[in-house]
Amino acid sequence: MKKKIIRIILEVLAVLIFLIYISPLILVVINSAKTGSVITTNPLSWPTNWGTLIDNVKAVLSSPTVQYGKSFLSSVIITVCSLILITVVSSVAAWAIVRRKTKGSNILYYMFVAAMVIPFQVVMYPLISWFKTITDTVTMPLFGFSLLRSYQGMIFAYLGFGISKAIFMFHGFVKGIPYEIEEAARIDGCNQFQVYTKIILPMLKPIIVTVVILNGIWIWNDFLLPLLILGKGNAIQTLPLAVSNFVGAYVKQWDLILTSTLIAIVPVLIIFIFAQKQIIRGMTEGAVKS
Amino acid sequence: MKKYLKKNLAYYLFVFPAVLAFILVVAIPFILGIIYSFTNWKGYASGSINFIGLQNYVQSLQDNKFIYSVIITVIFGLLNFLFINLVSFSLALMVSSKLKGRNLYRTGFFVPNLVGGLVLGYIWQFIFNSIIPMVGSNIGNSFLANTYFLSNSKLAVVALIFTSTWQYAGYIMMIYYTALQGVSKDLIESSSLDGANYLQRLKNIIIPSIMPAFTISLFLTLASSFQQYDVIVSLTGGGPAAIFNGQSVQSTELLAVNIYNTASVQNQMGQSQARAVMFFVALALISVLQTSITKRKEIES
Repeated sequence: MKKKIIRIILEVLAVLIFLIYISPLILVVINSAKTGSVITTNPLSWPTNWGTLIDNVKAVLSSPTVQYGKSFLSSVIITVCSLILITVVSSVAAWAIVRRKTKGSNILYYMFVAAMVIPFQVVMYPLISWFKTITDTVTMPLFGFSLLRSYQGMIFAYLGFGISKAIFMFHGFVKGIPYEIEEAARIDGCNQFQVYTKIILPMLKPIIVTVVILNGIWIWNDFLLPLLILGKGNAIQTLPLAVSNFVGAYVKQWDLILTSTLIAIVPVLIIFIFAQKQIIRGMTEGAVKS
Repeated sequence: MKKYLKKNLAYYLFVFPAVLAFILVVAIPFILGIIYSFTNWKGYASGSINFIGLQNYVQSLQDNKFIYSVIITVIFGLLNFLFINLVSFSLALMVSSKLKGRNLYRTGFFVPNLVGGLVLGYIWQFIFNSIIPMVGSNIGNSFLANTYFLSNSKLAVVALIFTSTWQYAGYIMMIYYTALQGVSKDLIESSSLDGANYLQRLKNIIIPSIMPAFTISLFLTLASSFQQYDVIVSLTGGGPAAIFNGQSVQSTELLAVNIYNTASVQNQMGQSQARAVMFFVALALISVLQTSITKRKEIES
Protein backbone atom coordinates (compact mmCIF):
# COMPACT_ATOMS: atom_id res chain seq x y z
CA MET A 1 0.00 0.00 0.00
CA LYS A 2 2.75 2.38 1.00
CA LYS A 3 4.62 1.49 -2.18
CA LYS A 4 1.55 2.26 -4.26
CA ILE A 5 1.16 5.72 -2.73
CA ILE A 6 4.82 6.55 -3.34
CA ARG A 7 4.38 5.35 -6.91
CA ILE A 8 1.39 7.68 -7.47
CA ILE A 9 3.24 10.63 -5.94
CA LEU A 10 6.21 10.00 -8.23
CA GLU A 11 3.96 9.80 -11.29
CA VAL A 12 2.26 13.10 -10.42
CA LEU A 13 5.62 14.71 -9.73
CA ALA A 14 6.91 13.54 -13.11
CA VAL A 15 3.92 15.04 -14.91
CA LEU A 16 4.51 18.35 -13.10
CA ILE A 17 8.22 18.42 -13.95
CA PHE A 18 7.41 17.65 -17.57
CA LEU A 19 4.80 20.41 -17.80
CA ILE A 20 7.09 22.99 -16.18
CA TYR A 21 9.92 22.01 -18.50
CA ILE A 22 7.91 22.45 -21.67
CA SER A 23 5.89 25.41 -20.35
CA PRO A 24 7.94 27.99 -22.30
CA LEU A 25 6.78 26.35 -25.52
CA ILE A 26 3.18 26.17 -24.30
CA LEU A 27 3.38 29.87 -23.38
CA VAL A 28 4.53 30.71 -26.90
CA VAL A 29 1.58 28.86 -28.39
CA ILE A 30 -1.12 30.27 -26.10
CA ASN A 31 0.19 33.82 -26.32
CA SER A 32 0.40 33.64 -30.09
CA ALA A 33 -3.37 33.24 -29.94
CA LYS A 34 -3.96 36.49 -28.03
CA THR A 35 -3.95 40.17 -28.83
CA GLY A 36 -1.19 42.39 -27.46
CA SER A 37 -3.33 43.95 -24.73
CA VAL A 38 -4.48 40.55 -23.43
CA ILE A 39 -0.84 39.39 -23.23
CA THR A 40 0.09 42.42 -21.13
CA THR A 41 -2.73 41.95 -18.64
CA ASN A 42 -2.86 38.19 -18.58
CA PRO A 43 -0.02 36.24 -20.21
CA LEU A 44 -0.88 33.07 -18.28
CA SER A 45 -4.52 32.64 -19.29
CA TRP A 46 -5.78 30.12 -21.82
CA PRO A 47 -6.73 31.91 -25.07
CA THR A 48 -10.44 32.60 -25.51
CA ASN A 49 -10.42 32.68 -29.28
CA TRP A 50 -8.00 30.55 -31.28
CA GLY A 51 -8.96 32.51 -34.38
CA THR A 52 -6.61 35.21 -33.10
CA LEU A 53 -3.73 32.83 -33.83
CA ILE A 54 -4.66 32.83 -37.51
CA ASP A 55 -4.99 36.63 -37.49
CA ASN A 56 -1.53 36.93 -35.92
CA VAL A 57 0.03 34.53 -38.41
CA LYS A 58 -1.54 36.53 -41.25
CA ALA A 59 -0.27 39.77 -39.72
CA VAL A 60 3.27 38.39 -39.42
CA LEU A 61 3.34 36.99 -42.95
CA SER A 62 1.96 40.18 -44.50
CA SER A 63 4.04 42.61 -42.42
CA PRO A 64 5.04 45.59 -44.60
CA THR A 65 8.34 46.13 -42.78
CA VAL A 66 9.62 42.56 -42.52
CA GLN A 67 9.11 40.24 -45.47
CA TYR A 68 8.54 37.20 -43.36
CA GLY A 69 7.02 34.92 -45.98
CA LYS A 70 9.86 35.59 -48.38
CA SER A 71 12.44 34.89 -45.65
CA PHE A 72 10.76 31.59 -44.98
CA LEU A 73 11.24 30.64 -48.62
CA SER A 74 14.86 31.86 -48.58
CA SER A 75 15.57 29.73 -45.51
CA VAL A 76 14.14 26.69 -47.27
CA ILE A 77 16.22 27.34 -50.42
CA ILE A 78 19.45 27.90 -48.48
CA THR A 79 18.96 24.91 -46.18
CA VAL A 80 17.99 22.47 -48.93
CA CYS A 81 20.73 23.49 -51.39
CA SER A 82 23.41 23.49 -48.69
CA LEU A 83 22.35 20.05 -47.47
CA ILE A 84 22.44 18.53 -50.96
CA LEU A 85 25.87 20.03 -51.66
CA ILE A 86 27.34 19.06 -48.29
CA THR A 87 26.09 15.49 -48.64
CA VAL A 88 27.29 14.93 -52.20
CA VAL A 89 30.64 16.72 -51.93
CA SER A 90 31.69 15.23 -48.61
CA SER A 91 30.48 11.66 -49.20
CA VAL A 92 32.37 11.51 -52.49
CA ALA A 93 35.50 13.01 -50.93
CA ALA A 94 35.37 10.75 -47.87
CA TRP A 95 34.96 7.69 -50.06
CA ALA A 96 37.95 8.66 -52.22
CA ILE A 97 40.07 9.38 -49.12
CA VAL A 98 39.26 6.03 -47.50
CA ARG A 99 39.89 3.99 -50.64
CA ARG A 100 43.17 5.61 -51.58
CA LYS A 101 45.58 4.73 -48.84
CA THR A 102 48.39 7.19 -49.51
CA LYS A 103 50.14 9.68 -47.29
CA GLY A 104 48.55 12.62 -49.10
CA SER A 105 45.16 11.11 -48.56
CA ASN A 106 45.83 10.79 -44.84
CA ILE A 107 47.07 14.36 -44.56
CA LEU A 108 43.95 15.57 -46.31
CA TYR A 109 41.76 13.70 -43.84
CA TYR A 110 43.57 15.09 -40.80
CA MET A 111 43.36 18.57 -42.27
CA PHE A 112 39.56 18.32 -42.36
CA VAL A 113 39.38 16.86 -38.86
CA ALA A 114 41.74 19.42 -37.35
CA ALA A 115 39.64 22.25 -38.80
CA MET A 116 36.72 21.22 -36.60
CA VAL A 117 38.52 22.87 -33.66
CA ILE A 118 38.60 26.32 -35.31
CA PRO A 119 35.98 28.56 -33.70
CA PHE A 120 33.86 30.58 -36.09
CA GLN A 121 35.01 33.84 -34.45
CA VAL A 122 38.54 33.50 -35.87
CA VAL A 123 37.40 33.20 -39.48
CA MET A 124 34.24 35.30 -39.64
CA TYR A 125 35.61 38.77 -40.40
CA PRO A 126 38.47 37.64 -42.68
CA LEU A 127 35.91 35.49 -44.52
CA ILE A 128 33.76 38.50 -45.33
CA SER A 129 36.62 40.64 -46.62
CA TRP A 130 38.01 37.63 -48.52
CA PHE A 131 34.59 36.93 -50.09
CA LYS A 132 34.51 40.55 -51.17
CA THR A 133 37.92 40.13 -52.82
CA ILE A 134 36.80 37.00 -54.67
CA THR A 135 33.63 38.79 -55.75
CA ASP A 136 35.54 41.79 -57.13
CA THR A 137 38.22 39.77 -58.91
CA VAL A 138 36.56 36.52 -59.98
CA THR A 139 32.87 35.84 -59.54
CA MET A 140 31.54 39.28 -60.53
CA PRO A 141 33.59 39.88 -63.69
CA LEU A 142 33.47 36.23 -64.85
CA PHE A 143 30.10 34.93 -63.68
CA GLY A 144 28.18 38.07 -62.76
CA PHE A 145 27.31 37.23 -59.16
CA SER A 146 28.50 38.35 -55.74
CA LEU A 147 29.38 36.08 -52.82
CA LEU A 148 27.97 38.61 -50.36
CA ARG A 149 24.24 39.21 -49.97
CA SER A 150 23.54 36.31 -52.32
CA TYR A 151 22.30 32.72 -52.25
CA GLN A 152 25.50 31.55 -53.94
CA GLY A 153 27.76 32.99 -51.25
CA MET A 154 25.56 31.83 -48.39
CA ILE A 155 25.33 28.26 -49.69
CA PHE A 156 29.03 28.10 -50.56
CA ALA A 157 29.92 29.24 -47.03
CA TYR A 158 27.72 26.55 -45.51
CA LEU A 159 29.38 24.00 -47.77
CA GLY A 160 32.82 25.08 -46.56
CA PHE A 161 31.88 25.08 -42.87
CA GLY A 162 29.82 21.89 -43.12
CA ILE A 163 32.16 19.52 -44.94
CA SER A 164 34.76 18.98 -42.20
CA LYS A 165 32.39 17.25 -39.83
CA ALA A 166 30.52 15.55 -42.68
CA ILE A 167 33.72 14.10 -44.14
CA PHE A 168 34.69 12.91 -40.68
CA MET A 169 31.36 11.13 -40.29
CA PHE A 170 31.29 9.63 -43.80
CA HIS A 171 34.92 8.54 -43.42
CA GLY A 172 34.10 6.46 -40.37
CA PHE A 173 31.19 4.85 -42.15
CA VAL A 174 32.86 4.10 -45.49
CA LYS A 175 35.70 2.34 -43.65
CA GLY A 176 33.16 -0.27 -42.62
CA ILE A 177 32.06 -1.07 -46.18
CA PRO A 178 34.01 -4.09 -47.51
CA TYR A 179 36.16 -3.26 -50.52
CA GLU A 180 35.27 -6.61 -52.15
CA ILE A 181 31.79 -5.33 -52.99
CA GLU A 182 33.31 -2.51 -55.06
CA GLU A 183 35.77 -4.87 -56.73
CA ALA A 184 32.95 -7.16 -57.77
CA ALA A 185 31.03 -4.25 -59.28
CA ARG A 186 34.12 -3.15 -61.18
CA ILE A 187 34.62 -6.63 -62.59
CA ASP A 188 31.00 -6.45 -63.73
CA GLY A 189 31.96 -3.37 -65.75
CA CYS A 190 31.00 -0.43 -63.52
CA ASN A 191 33.18 2.70 -63.75
CA GLN A 192 34.09 4.77 -60.66
CA PHE A 193 31.05 6.99 -61.03
CA GLN A 194 28.69 4.02 -61.30
CA VAL A 195 30.33 2.31 -58.34
CA TYR A 196 29.54 5.41 -56.31
CA THR A 197 25.92 5.88 -57.40
CA LYS A 198 24.95 2.20 -57.54
CA ILE A 199 26.96 0.63 -54.72
CA ILE A 200 28.24 3.21 -52.25
CA LEU A 201 25.43 5.76 -52.15
CA PRO A 202 22.68 3.26 -51.27
CA MET A 203 24.83 1.83 -48.48
CA LEU A 204 25.49 5.29 -47.04
CA LYS A 205 21.80 5.94 -46.39
CA PRO A 206 21.86 5.78 -42.57
CA ILE A 207 24.83 8.12 -42.26
CA ILE A 208 23.36 10.48 -44.87
CA VAL A 209 20.27 10.80 -42.67
CA THR A 210 22.49 11.70 -39.71
CA VAL A 211 24.53 14.25 -41.67
CA VAL A 212 21.39 15.87 -43.12
CA ILE A 213 19.73 16.14 -39.70
CA LEU A 214 22.76 17.60 -37.94
CA ASN A 215 23.49 20.14 -40.65
CA GLY A 216 19.83 20.87 -41.35
CA ILE A 217 19.10 21.92 -37.78
CA TRP A 218 22.30 23.97 -37.63
CA ILE A 219 21.66 25.80 -40.91
CA TRP A 220 17.95 26.40 -40.29
CA ASN A 221 18.63 27.96 -36.87
CA ASP A 222 21.94 29.68 -37.60
CA PHE A 223 22.05 33.42 -37.04
CA LEU A 224 25.61 34.78 -37.09
CA LEU A 225 26.77 33.53 -40.50
CA PRO A 226 23.67 34.84 -42.35
CA LEU A 227 24.00 38.08 -40.40
CA LEU A 228 27.53 38.53 -41.74
CA ILE A 229 27.02 37.29 -45.29
CA LEU A 230 23.49 38.46 -46.05
CA GLY A 231 23.39 41.42 -43.66
CA LYS A 232 20.35 42.66 -41.77
CA GLY A 233 17.42 44.01 -43.78
CA ASN A 234 18.80 43.26 -47.24
CA ALA A 235 16.93 41.55 -50.08
CA ILE A 236 17.68 37.96 -49.01
CA GLN A 237 16.98 37.14 -45.35
CA THR A 238 16.82 33.85 -43.46
CA LEU A 239 14.19 33.19 -40.80
CA PRO A 240 16.39 33.93 -37.76
CA LEU A 241 17.34 37.24 -39.42
CA ALA A 242 13.67 37.95 -40.09
CA VAL A 243 12.74 37.19 -36.48
CA SER A 244 15.44 39.58 -35.29
CA ASN A 245 14.23 42.24 -37.78
CA PHE A 246 10.76 41.65 -36.46
CA VAL A 247 11.78 42.26 -32.86
CA GLY A 248 13.47 45.48 -33.97
CA ALA A 249 10.48 46.71 -35.96
CA TYR A 250 7.72 45.71 -33.53
CA VAL A 251 9.30 46.54 -30.19
CA LYS A 252 7.57 44.68 -27.33
CA GLN A 253 4.63 43.70 -29.53
CA TRP A 254 4.76 40.22 -28.08
CA ASP A 255 1.67 38.95 -29.92
CA LEU A 256 3.45 39.35 -33.26
CA ILE A 257 6.98 38.54 -32.01
CA LEU A 258 5.87 35.29 -30.36
CA THR A 259 3.89 34.33 -33.45
CA SER A 260 6.98 34.92 -35.58
CA THR A 261 9.03 32.65 -33.30
CA LEU A 262 6.28 30.06 -33.48
CA ILE A 263 6.40 30.08 -37.29
CA ALA A 264 10.17 29.59 -37.16
CA ILE A 265 9.88 26.62 -34.78
CA VAL A 266 6.95 24.76 -36.35
CA PRO A 267 8.71 23.36 -39.47
CA VAL A 268 11.45 21.80 -37.35
CA LEU A 269 8.84 20.40 -34.96
CA ILE A 270 6.84 18.84 -37.79
CA ILE A 271 9.95 17.14 -39.15
CA PHE A 272 10.84 16.08 -35.61
CA ILE A 273 7.44 14.43 -35.12
CA PHE A 274 7.93 12.31 -38.24
CA ALA A 275 11.62 11.50 -37.79
CA GLN A 276 11.97 11.52 -34.00
CA LYS A 277 14.10 8.39 -33.70
CA GLN A 278 16.46 9.32 -36.50
CA ILE A 279 16.88 12.88 -35.23
CA ILE A 280 17.60 11.91 -31.64
CA ARG A 281 19.95 9.12 -32.69
CA GLY A 282 21.64 11.27 -35.33
CA MET A 283 22.24 14.20 -33.01
CA THR A 284 23.58 12.19 -30.09
CA GLU A 285 25.71 9.89 -32.25
CA GLY A 286 27.16 12.85 -34.10
CA ALA A 287 28.20 14.43 -30.82
CA VAL A 288 29.63 11.32 -29.27
CA LYS A 289 31.76 10.52 -32.30
CA SER A 290 33.31 13.95 -32.63
CA MET B 1 49.92 3.29 -66.79
CA LYS B 2 46.81 4.50 -68.55
CA LYS B 3 44.64 2.72 -66.01
CA TYR B 4 46.63 4.25 -63.15
CA LEU B 5 46.11 7.71 -64.56
CA LYS B 6 42.41 7.06 -64.99
CA LYS B 7 42.07 5.95 -61.38
CA ASN B 8 43.99 8.96 -60.11
CA LEU B 9 41.94 11.35 -62.17
CA ALA B 10 38.80 9.99 -60.57
CA TYR B 11 40.38 10.50 -57.15
CA TYR B 12 41.24 14.13 -57.76
CA LEU B 13 37.84 14.74 -59.30
CA PHE B 14 36.14 13.36 -56.20
CA VAL B 15 38.26 15.21 -53.69
CA PHE B 16 38.53 18.50 -55.55
CA PRO B 17 35.18 20.16 -54.68
CA ALA B 18 35.62 19.49 -50.96
CA VAL B 19 39.20 20.76 -50.95
CA LEU B 20 38.25 23.86 -52.94
CA ALA B 21 35.37 24.79 -50.62
CA PHE B 22 37.52 24.08 -47.58
CA ILE B 23 40.42 26.22 -48.77
CA LEU B 24 38.25 29.14 -49.84
CA VAL B 25 35.90 29.20 -46.85
CA VAL B 26 37.98 27.92 -43.94
CA ALA B 27 41.72 27.66 -44.64
CA ILE B 28 42.43 31.04 -46.26
CA PRO B 29 40.25 33.09 -43.88
CA PHE B 30 41.84 31.22 -40.96
CA ILE B 31 45.37 32.08 -42.08
CA LEU B 32 44.33 35.65 -42.87
CA GLY B 33 42.70 35.84 -39.45
CA ILE B 34 45.91 34.94 -37.66
CA ILE B 35 47.94 37.35 -39.80
CA TYR B 36 45.46 40.19 -39.28
CA SER B 37 45.71 39.77 -35.51
CA PHE B 38 49.27 41.20 -35.76
CA THR B 39 48.27 44.15 -37.95
CA ASN B 40 46.27 47.36 -37.85
CA TRP B 41 43.69 45.77 -40.20
CA LYS B 42 40.66 48.01 -40.48
CA GLY B 43 38.18 45.61 -42.01
CA TYR B 44 36.49 44.99 -45.30
CA ALA B 45 37.97 47.65 -47.56
CA SER B 46 41.55 46.40 -47.42
CA GLY B 47 43.44 49.75 -47.54
CA SER B 48 46.96 49.69 -46.18
CA ILE B 49 47.81 47.00 -43.65
CA ASN B 50 50.84 47.38 -41.39
CA PHE B 51 52.34 44.91 -38.97
CA ILE B 52 52.21 46.21 -35.43
CA GLY B 53 53.60 43.17 -33.61
CA LEU B 54 51.82 42.14 -30.45
CA GLN B 55 50.11 45.47 -29.90
CA ASN B 56 46.59 44.04 -30.44
CA TYR B 57 47.26 41.31 -27.90
CA VAL B 58 48.76 43.67 -25.34
CA GLN B 59 45.93 46.18 -25.70
CA SER B 60 43.33 43.43 -25.39
CA LEU B 61 44.87 42.17 -22.17
CA GLN B 62 44.87 45.73 -20.81
CA ASP B 63 41.23 46.22 -21.64
CA ASN B 64 39.00 45.68 -18.61
CA LYS B 65 36.09 44.82 -20.86
CA PHE B 66 38.02 41.91 -22.32
CA ILE B 67 39.30 40.72 -18.94
CA TYR B 68 35.79 40.87 -17.54
CA SER B 69 34.56 38.98 -20.58
CA VAL B 70 37.12 36.21 -20.07
CA ILE B 71 36.27 35.92 -16.37
CA ILE B 72 32.52 35.90 -16.91
CA THR B 73 32.88 33.36 -19.73
CA VAL B 74 34.78 30.99 -17.45
CA ILE B 75 32.31 31.49 -14.58
CA PHE B 76 29.39 31.02 -16.94
CA GLY B 77 31.03 27.97 -18.51
CA LEU B 78 31.60 26.25 -15.17
CA LEU B 79 28.18 27.07 -13.69
CA ASN B 80 26.49 26.17 -16.94
CA PHE B 81 28.34 22.87 -17.03
CA LEU B 82 27.31 22.15 -13.45
CA PHE B 83 23.63 23.01 -13.97
CA ILE B 84 23.25 21.30 -17.33
CA ASN B 85 24.79 18.10 -16.06
CA LEU B 86 22.80 18.08 -12.81
CA VAL B 87 19.53 18.69 -14.65
CA SER B 88 20.26 16.37 -17.55
CA PHE B 89 21.40 13.52 -15.34
CA SER B 90 18.25 13.83 -13.22
CA LEU B 91 16.12 13.92 -16.35
CA ALA B 92 17.96 10.88 -17.72
CA LEU B 93 17.23 8.95 -14.51
CA MET B 94 13.61 10.05 -14.81
CA VAL B 95 13.16 8.90 -18.42
CA SER B 96 14.94 5.59 -17.89
CA SER B 97 12.71 4.72 -14.92
CA LYS B 98 9.44 2.78 -15.08
CA LEU B 99 7.27 5.93 -15.11
CA LYS B 100 4.23 5.71 -17.35
CA GLY B 101 4.93 8.66 -19.63
CA ARG B 102 8.70 8.14 -19.91
CA ASN B 103 8.79 8.04 -23.72
CA LEU B 104 6.76 11.23 -24.03
CA TYR B 105 8.95 12.91 -21.39
CA ARG B 106 12.10 11.92 -23.21
CA THR B 107 10.89 13.42 -26.47
CA GLY B 108 9.56 16.54 -24.77
CA PHE B 109 12.77 17.29 -22.90
CA PHE B 110 14.68 17.03 -26.16
CA VAL B 111 12.52 19.54 -28.06
CA PRO B 112 14.08 22.82 -26.75
CA ASN B 113 17.31 21.71 -28.39
CA LEU B 114 15.68 21.97 -31.81
CA VAL B 115 14.79 25.63 -31.30
CA GLY B 116 17.39 28.02 -32.61
CA GLY B 117 19.37 30.02 -30.04
CA LEU B 118 18.16 33.38 -31.30
CA VAL B 119 14.47 32.44 -31.20
CA LEU B 120 14.95 30.77 -27.85
CA GLY B 121 16.47 33.92 -26.39
CA TYR B 122 13.47 36.01 -27.41
CA ILE B 123 11.09 33.48 -25.89
CA TRP B 124 12.95 33.63 -22.57
CA GLN B 125 13.13 37.40 -22.72
CA PHE B 126 9.33 37.30 -22.76
CA ILE B 127 9.28 34.84 -19.86
CA PHE B 128 11.65 36.86 -17.69
CA ASN B 129 9.98 40.18 -18.44
CA SER B 130 6.30 39.23 -18.53
CA ILE B 131 5.67 35.77 -17.13
CA ILE B 132 7.84 35.58 -14.01
CA PRO B 133 6.60 38.87 -12.48
CA MET B 134 3.03 37.74 -13.21
CA VAL B 135 3.57 34.33 -11.60
CA GLY B 136 5.20 36.11 -8.66
CA SER B 137 2.23 38.36 -8.04
CA ASN B 138 -0.22 35.46 -8.52
CA ILE B 139 1.46 33.32 -5.86
CA GLY B 140 2.14 36.35 -3.67
CA ASN B 141 5.93 36.20 -3.89
CA SER B 142 7.08 39.80 -3.81
CA PHE B 143 10.66 38.95 -4.92
CA LEU B 144 9.51 37.34 -8.17
CA ALA B 145 6.76 39.90 -8.66
CA ASN B 146 9.12 42.88 -8.49
CA THR B 147 12.35 41.53 -10.00
CA TYR B 148 13.24 41.98 -13.60
CA PHE B 149 16.05 39.45 -14.03
CA LEU B 150 17.33 40.93 -17.26
CA SER B 151 17.81 44.45 -15.85
CA ASN B 152 19.96 43.31 -12.94
CA SER B 153 23.61 42.70 -13.80
CA LYS B 154 24.01 39.63 -11.57
CA LEU B 155 20.60 38.12 -12.17
CA ALA B 156 21.01 38.52 -15.93
CA VAL B 157 23.88 36.02 -15.77
CA VAL B 158 21.63 33.70 -13.76
CA ALA B 159 18.92 34.14 -16.39
CA LEU B 160 21.40 33.26 -19.10
CA ILE B 161 22.48 30.10 -17.29
CA PHE B 162 18.84 29.17 -16.76
CA THR B 163 18.06 29.65 -20.43
CA SER B 164 21.00 27.73 -21.78
CA THR B 165 20.42 24.92 -19.30
CA TRP B 166 16.87 24.65 -20.64
CA GLN B 167 18.20 24.65 -24.17
CA TYR B 168 20.90 22.07 -23.68
CA ALA B 169 19.84 19.73 -20.85
CA GLY B 170 17.54 17.59 -22.99
CA TYR B 171 20.37 16.96 -25.40
CA ILE B 172 22.88 15.92 -22.75
CA MET B 173 20.09 13.89 -21.15
CA MET B 174 20.04 11.73 -24.29
CA ILE B 175 23.75 10.98 -23.89
CA TYR B 176 23.24 9.94 -20.26
CA TYR B 177 20.10 8.05 -21.20
CA THR B 178 21.96 6.02 -23.83
CA ALA B 179 24.70 5.28 -21.30
CA LEU B 180 22.16 4.29 -18.65
CA GLN B 181 20.59 1.78 -21.06
CA GLY B 182 23.96 0.07 -21.17
CA VAL B 183 24.25 -0.39 -17.40
CA SER B 184 24.10 -4.09 -16.57
CA LYS B 185 20.61 -5.05 -15.38
CA ASP B 186 21.98 -8.15 -13.64
CA LEU B 187 24.34 -6.08 -11.56
CA ILE B 188 21.53 -3.79 -10.42
CA GLU B 189 19.23 -6.70 -9.67
CA SER B 190 21.76 -8.63 -7.67
CA SER B 191 22.71 -5.54 -5.70
CA SER B 192 19.09 -4.86 -4.78
CA LEU B 193 18.78 -8.49 -3.70
CA ASP B 194 21.79 -7.84 -1.50
CA GLY B 195 19.78 -5.05 0.08
CA ALA B 196 21.30 -1.96 -1.53
CA ASN B 197 18.86 0.97 -1.71
CA TYR B 198 18.41 3.30 -4.67
CA LEU B 199 21.04 5.83 -3.61
CA GLN B 200 23.62 3.12 -2.93
CA ARG B 201 22.98 1.57 -6.32
CA LEU B 202 23.28 5.00 -7.94
CA LYS B 203 26.58 5.72 -6.23
CA ASN B 204 28.22 2.30 -6.49
CA ILE B 205 26.97 0.88 -9.76
CA ILE B 206 25.19 3.36 -12.03
CA ILE B 207 27.51 6.36 -11.83
CA PRO B 208 30.77 4.38 -12.18
CA SER B 209 29.45 2.53 -15.23
CA ILE B 210 28.54 5.70 -17.09
CA MET B 211 31.78 7.61 -16.48
CA PRO B 212 32.61 7.82 -20.23
CA ALA B 213 29.33 9.65 -20.77
CA PHE B 214 30.38 12.16 -18.09
CA THR B 215 33.59 12.90 -19.98
CA ILE B 216 31.71 13.46 -23.23
CA SER B 217 29.15 15.71 -21.55
CA LEU B 218 31.84 17.67 -19.76
CA PHE B 219 33.52 18.73 -22.97
CA LEU B 220 30.32 19.17 -24.95
CA THR B 221 28.88 21.54 -22.35
CA LEU B 222 32.14 23.43 -21.85
CA ALA B 223 32.68 23.97 -25.58
CA SER B 224 29.09 25.02 -26.16
CA SER B 225 29.07 27.43 -23.19
CA PHE B 226 32.21 29.15 -24.38
CA GLN B 227 30.78 29.65 -27.87
CA GLN B 228 27.39 30.90 -26.70
CA TYR B 229 26.36 33.83 -28.89
CA ASP B 230 22.84 33.73 -30.38
CA VAL B 231 21.03 33.30 -27.07
CA ILE B 232 22.90 36.22 -25.50
CA VAL B 233 22.17 38.54 -28.40
CA SER B 234 18.44 37.94 -28.17
CA LEU B 235 18.09 37.47 -24.41
CA THR B 236 20.14 40.30 -22.96
CA GLY B 237 21.98 41.89 -25.88
CA GLY B 238 25.07 41.62 -23.66
CA GLY B 239 23.72 43.96 -21.02
CA PRO B 240 22.86 45.31 -18.53
CA ALA B 241 25.80 47.51 -17.55
CA ALA B 242 27.95 46.56 -14.58
CA ILE B 243 31.07 47.93 -12.91
CA PHE B 244 34.30 45.94 -13.08
CA ASN B 245 37.63 47.29 -11.81
CA GLY B 246 36.14 50.78 -11.70
CA GLN B 247 35.11 50.64 -15.32
CA SER B 248 31.73 50.17 -16.93
CA VAL B 249 31.33 46.78 -18.63
CA GLN B 250 28.47 44.77 -20.10
CA SER B 251 27.49 42.08 -17.60
CA THR B 252 26.57 39.28 -20.04
CA GLU B 253 29.11 40.11 -22.73
CA LEU B 254 30.72 36.68 -23.04
CA LEU B 255 33.80 36.15 -25.22
CA ALA B 256 32.00 35.40 -28.48
CA VAL B 257 29.92 38.56 -28.06
CA ASN B 258 32.93 40.61 -26.99
CA ILE B 259 34.85 39.55 -30.11
CA TYR B 260 31.91 40.52 -32.29
CA ASN B 261 31.38 43.87 -30.56
CA THR B 262 35.07 44.78 -30.58
CA ALA B 263 34.94 44.64 -34.35
CA SER B 264 31.46 45.79 -35.25
CA VAL B 265 30.76 48.35 -32.53
CA GLN B 266 34.21 49.68 -31.69
CA ASN B 267 35.59 49.01 -35.18
CA GLN B 268 38.81 47.53 -33.74
CA MET B 269 39.13 44.77 -36.32
CA GLY B 270 42.75 43.82 -35.56
CA GLN B 271 42.08 43.65 -31.83
CA SER B 272 38.96 41.59 -32.42
CA GLN B 273 41.11 39.14 -34.42
CA ALA B 274 43.71 38.97 -31.62
CA ARG B 275 40.96 38.11 -29.13
CA ALA B 276 39.56 35.49 -31.49
CA VAL B 277 42.99 33.90 -31.85
CA MET B 278 43.40 33.70 -28.06
CA PHE B 279 39.92 32.19 -27.92
CA PHE B 280 40.98 29.64 -30.53
CA VAL B 281 44.09 28.67 -28.58
CA ALA B 282 42.01 28.15 -25.43
CA LEU B 283 39.46 25.98 -27.25
CA ALA B 284 42.23 24.02 -28.98
CA LEU B 285 43.84 23.30 -25.59
CA ILE B 286 40.50 22.06 -24.26
CA SER B 287 40.08 19.67 -27.17
CA VAL B 288 43.66 18.41 -26.92
CA LEU B 289 42.96 17.72 -23.25
CA GLN B 290 39.75 15.95 -24.22
CA THR B 291 41.42 13.69 -26.78
CA SER B 292 44.20 12.73 -24.41
CA ILE B 293 41.73 11.93 -21.64
CA THR B 294 39.50 9.89 -23.95
CA LYS B 295 42.51 8.03 -25.36
CA ARG B 296 43.81 7.20 -21.90
CA LYS B 297 40.35 5.94 -20.92
CA GLU B 298 40.22 3.75 -24.01
CA ILE B 299 43.57 2.19 -23.20
CA GLU B 300 42.48 1.55 -19.62
CA SER B 301 39.27 -0.20 -20.65
